[in-house]
Amino acid sequence: MAKLNINGKVRDVQVEADTPLLWVIRENVGLTGTKYGCGVAQCGACSVHINGNVMRSCSIPVGSIKAGDKIVTIEGLSATSSHPVQKAWAQLDVPQCGYCQSGQIMAAAALLNKNPNPSDKDIDDAMTNICRCGTYARIRDAVRIAAGTSRPARASAGDDSVTTA
Amino acid sequence: MKKTIEGIGTTSLSRRKFIVGSAAAGGGLALGMQLPFGIAPADAQGARGSAESISEINAWVLVKPDDTCVIRVVRSEMGQGTLTGLAQLVAEELECDWSKVTTESPTAGQNYARKRIWGEMGTGGSRGIRTSEDYVRRGGAVARMMLVQAAADQWKVPVGECSVSNGVITHAGSNRKTTYGKVAGAAAKLTAPDPKSVQLKDPKQWKIAGKPMKRLDTADKLNGSKIFAIDLKMPGMMNAAIKACPVFGGKLVSFDESKIAGMPGVRRAVKVNDATVAVVADTWWHAKTALNALPIVWDEGQGASQSSAIIAERLKEGLTAEVAYQSRKEGDALKAIDGAAKKVEAVYSTPFLAHATMEPMNCTVKISGDKAEVWVPTQNAEASLAALSEESGLPLDKCEVYRIDLGGGFGRRGGTQDYVRQATAIAKQFSGVPIKLIWSREEDMSHDFYRPISQCSLAAGLDESGKLTALHVRISGQSINAFLNPSSVADGKDERQLQGYYEKAGDAQLGYTFPNLLMEYAMRNTHVPVGPWRGVNTNQNAVYMECFMDEAARAAGADPLEFRRALMRNHPKHLAVLNAAAEKADWGKPLPPGIHRGIAQFMGYGSYSAAVAEVSVSSEGKLKVHRMVLALNCGHAVNPNQIAAQVEGSVAYGLTATMYGECTVDKGRMVEQNFDTYQIMRLAEMPKVETVIVPTYDFWGGVGEPTICVVAPSVMNAIYAATGKPVRSLPLKNAKLV
Repeated sequence: MAKLNINGKVRDVQVEADTPLLWVIRENVGLTGTKYGCGVAQCGACSVHINGNVMRSCSIPVGSIKAGDKIVTIEGLSATSSHPVQKAWAQLDVPQCGYCQSGQIMAAAALLNKNPNPSDKDIDDAMTNICRCGTYARIRDAVRIAAGTSRPARASAGDDSVTTA
Repeated sequence: MKKTIEGIGTTSLSRRKFIVGSAAAGGGLALGMQLPFGIAPADAQGARGSAESISEINAWVLVKPDDTCVIRVVRSEMGQGTLTGLAQLVAEELECDWSKVTTESPTAGQNYARKRIWGEMGTGGSRGIRTSEDYVRRGGAVARMMLVQAAADQWKVPVGECSVSNGVITHAGSNRKTTYGKVAGAAAKLTAPDPKSVQLKDPKQWKIAGKPMKRLDTADKLNGSKIFAIDLKMPGMMNAAIKACPVFGGKLVSFDESKIAGMPGVRRAVKVNDATVAVVADTWWHAKTALNALPIVWDEGQGASQSSAIIAERLKEGLTAEVAYQSRKEGDALKAIDGAAKKVEAVYSTPFLAHATMEPMNCTVKISGDKAEVWVPTQNAEASLAALSEESGLPLDKCEVYRIDLGGGFGRRGGTQDYVRQATAIAKQFSGVPIKLIWSREEDMSHDFYRPISQCSLAAGLDESGKLTALHVRISGQSINAFLNPSSVADGKDERQLQGYYEKAGDAQLGYTFPNLLMEYAMRNTHVPVGPWRGVNTNQNAVYMECFMDEAARAAGADPLEFRRALMRNHPKHLAVLNAAAEKADWGKPLPPGIHRGIAQFMGYGSYSAAVAEVSVSSEGKLKVHRMVLALNCGHAVNPNQIAAQVEGSVAYGLTATMYGECTVDKGRMVEQNFDTYQIMRLAEMPKVETVIVPTYDFWGGVGEPTICVVAPSVMNAIYAATGKPVRSLPLKNAKLV
């Protein structure tokens, strides 16, 4: 039995203490926005916030969660997709398949929460989740937009990311 | 027109014959469309109202009273943007209000029941738009004509006096207006005009297609609400974890279920097939935990003796073997090279690669009585239907496939459908229970259909002036066709492994003309299963051809761009794209100290691609790719912003393969099991990407795959420019660059 504060709601879950938090969130709590990608804390598809820090939930036994720990999943980031990161992601059409994007968004949100004006190197160092579709260029631009440090939006006049003859 | 086709995508289905209708959009009144259990097939943004309020104008367009146009998209969406692009093409001809467009996806069962009214559903080979653009545009145009006719009938005026724009129909003479939603019911009852008789718009007049429209499927990818197949929940559902013999070709001997009896949530351990066992439990985590604890005895078979070193030796032998399939023989290349003033030779190699889609293989199957259903992320819903039917033993009309958008495809989830067969085999043992099968990442890496391994030897002759007079190419490697459809290449004649080297124009033509050319393929198969992999053979073949071009250019003392141009006079489209990339990248102009350029061009999937890479190599041999300029002529550019997204993605996919990608074989099994050893490029390594789209509007080419193949050779050529040392084997992680 574990008591988990997820997205501001305390839930009792009946589960073995060594179950990874990811699978508790997905299968016992029923929030499926947090994804399974590798199970070994490599890809970051399972990223959630624990007390404001981005963590890879696939490799955290639920038994190690302390009473009072506040867990936030993608579903709890904002009520109406209004978080600056979500808005920037929408503006640039960042997602392709979308499978990794919950984790990417949670990683970006945690970065900006701690560091509202990240340098390019800060972004490189913090955004280590895997995307197989290859949305990295847009993720980088979207983090800049969310931070308010962006160049003009892509594909507009003066931007060189795409040219059509 | 009716025609009979063989199979619908799965290898073992060649005996099964399907009667299919013409792919053209027809009329057809609304049929009862039953929403599947658990999840609606409609796009999440579809927000369909009650069935009564929707009018099916034709197979492609439904209109609601509030003017919402629901456009049917039958190709799979796996991130590549085809859903939005196809909707744009239909909407363009429909003349509807783009802000009121939603989409939905017919099921494979519906397509079968309606005699394939929507044509083929397979989504691979970058064909999603290019092979359906004509009939979907005609479908949109026919719907428009019916809607306008309905308004004209209502007003009792000649249809020619009515005009339409943005879903609003106007009769200027009487100053009357109506909207699609108001006439949809009447339009649905009209007889459809012949789609073939429709005059399609000149693409240069497009207002919706050809424009950088936002994707229709972004919103629910931002807040966790998008349901992937791995996320499905159903009443009474059980979860399955699976393990196949780690050695390819090995068999399951036995497993000791008693050792996991009493473990939390476990229902049963079951044999899936000759090589595979699964554990079924209440949650997937319980199933996987018990599977890990399950004692399993394998008969690893002959494959267990195989290793990467043995496979490499077999391929190496193929490079000089007496017998090989001669695909192209123009002039006498061997003689010309022998007598040349200068001779250039090199041997290259590329490894097996896994797809590693972010969403591992999974699907949910439910078999109740005489009905079988699968909820599945698939690139080929009809192949899924066939697999479900074959494995369940139920006829096609008792099977249904609910296609769910994929968390990545890259060719892994196409014709083979191994995971559907497995889940069906399990579900047969749990009647009435939905079984969700999820592969662990380790299973996914261990049992892929890998990009085939190959080696290539090239030899060229140069004359006194440095002109390339003869080229001999010999590829030795595994054949996809030999694995998927052995009888098609029984004699070793396999053009597919020479993709990109073709003489014939169209899909994957070589962009050079050589006075003497010998192109050969020595088929050397292994026990490793192989299959399509985003861009498959153009990726390897572009590395061989384009890196060797730079080696030959250097031997000739020529600039790599000028050297290529001299050989491309007969291939103006290839040349134009090469020039577009070179111009955008300022080829020939000075670069900052330490930065070096490389260039490459190639053709695949009906499109022409070129790239210029700017890299630096540190004194320790560390590579950094700073900037990549890619040019693409895909004929028609349906959504420039999404084309740019695909090009950017192709850089990431291509660079990962270039720098890190490698599946190695030891004791007959794959060594790399997860992302800790199968390294994937991260954001920090993503270069600045600039996309130049140069459509010529005289053909339709693909977008998802074509540009990947120029990524590796342009980077490798830039490394060569930086170090003076050619790189001939991938991935680069194994190479000493300085």
